[in-house]
Amino acid sequence: MAMIGSVSEARLDGPGPMVPEPFGVVAKHQDTVDTWTLTLEARSGDPLEFAPGQFTMLSAGGAGEVPISISGDPGRPELLVHTVRAVGLATRAICDAEPGRVLGVRGPFGTPWPVDEIEGEDVIVAAGGIGLAPLRPVLLELLARLDRLGRIVLLYGGRSPDQLLYPDELAELAARGLEVLITVDSAGPEWLGHVGVVTQLVGRAAFDPTRVIAMACGPEVMMRFTVAALANRGVPIDRIYASMERNMQCGIGHCGHCQLGPTLVCRDGPVYRWSELQPWLAIREL
Amino acid sequence: MKGLDELIADAAVFAGLDTRWLELIASCARNEHVSAGEYLFYEGQPADRFFLIRRGRATLEVHAPGLGPKVIETFEEGEVVGWSWLFKPYRWQFDARANSPTSVVAFDAACLRGKCEADHELGYQLMQRFASAMLERLQATRLQLLDVYGHDRISV
Repeated sequence: MAMIGSVSEARLDGPGPMVPEPFGVVAKHQDTVDTWTLTLEARSGDPLEFAPGQFTMLSAGGAGEVPISISGDPGRPELLVHTVRAVGLATRAICDAEPGRVLGVRGPFGTPWPVDEIEGEDVIVAAGGIGLAPLRPVLLELLARLDRLGRIVLLYGGRSPDQLLYPDELAELAARGLEVLITVDSAGPEWLGHVGVVTQLVGRAAFDPTRVIAMACGPEVMMRFTVAALANRGVPIDRIYASMERNMQCGIGHCGHCQLGPTLVCRDGPVYRWSELQPWLAIREL
Repeated sequence: MKGLDELIADAAVFAGLDTRWLELIASCARNEHVSAGEYLFYEGQPADRFFLIRRGRATLEVHAPGLGPKVIETFEEGEVVGWSWLFKPYRWQFDARANSPTSVVAFDAACLRGKCEADHELGYQLMQRFASAMLERLQATRLQLLDVYGHDRISV
């Protein structure tokens, strides 16, 4: 297996993929009440080249390690950007890290969004909650090649207006050609945008269902319903991709904690074609 | 400029209806303009009309004492606001408000119910379409109730 070979070679030639590299926090921004965006730089000075959709294993010493999707610009690999929601011990420790603090980084790992397969087609990017973070690199990459694509439409659903990520940047991206439809589950009267679930945006978006690639990231329930709504509009499910989350621990397909059917999410995912995922998602025990 | 029957035919909920029925429905409808902030209806009032949004946006709201209005759902171009006119006791359960300058087709509910009574085939066709739209909204509401974004990450 290529993966085992590369790991063995890495052991001989360097620290290997299980050894975290030190990255310093250079900037920190609070996005919502429990979510922060951290910008990191490698202490070695080497850029961390990555493809949109990949993740790293991120750790703040002594608090455990956690898989976090990269949310930075693939065109600026010298800056490693992660948007992290503080929900447990490891993520709280990472979110507590202030500029100057050193975090451990392994990776990047996993499969990317199929950006290179898209030529002249419409693209639907469906994000739910913090699921926008793994999709930010693909939005930036798609906008960089807008002249070779049809419409790029972002459908973004959040819990409430104050829980939405990157609102200012989304306005900038809209000015650059991204069509942005946002909805929230609940809001006060001061919110002038949509209220409702993200699946309802599928019916409101303008795209050609026969020439579209869709990418979804968010809670699994949200993705299932979004895929159903896309399929109802005539999008073939083998043209829909989703980023999955399971209990990823090693990041290199060795430990088996993130098994989903015959696949390991850290190695064969997190980005899958929906038609490959669907049989396994129907099995509740997985 | 499109006639009322053409405007109605463009709406998903009336899609595919025969011209004769579209004309009957249009005979119960008229164009109206609603200013931003103006209410289309209030909770508890008789549900004697319903609306098809032509341009703009409206919100469905519930008012809670001490909390003020809470937005439940928004409606945009081509969407219908209001189901309560279909069923007794024909009273609105929520408030509906335009949150931008909004053009609507307003339907006289009693007029349309009368047409449906007189022509049960029209009634069946309309009920099928409205039931399908209501099912879609019910399913969306159930998804909304799941609060999926509140618990969308493994806690590590």
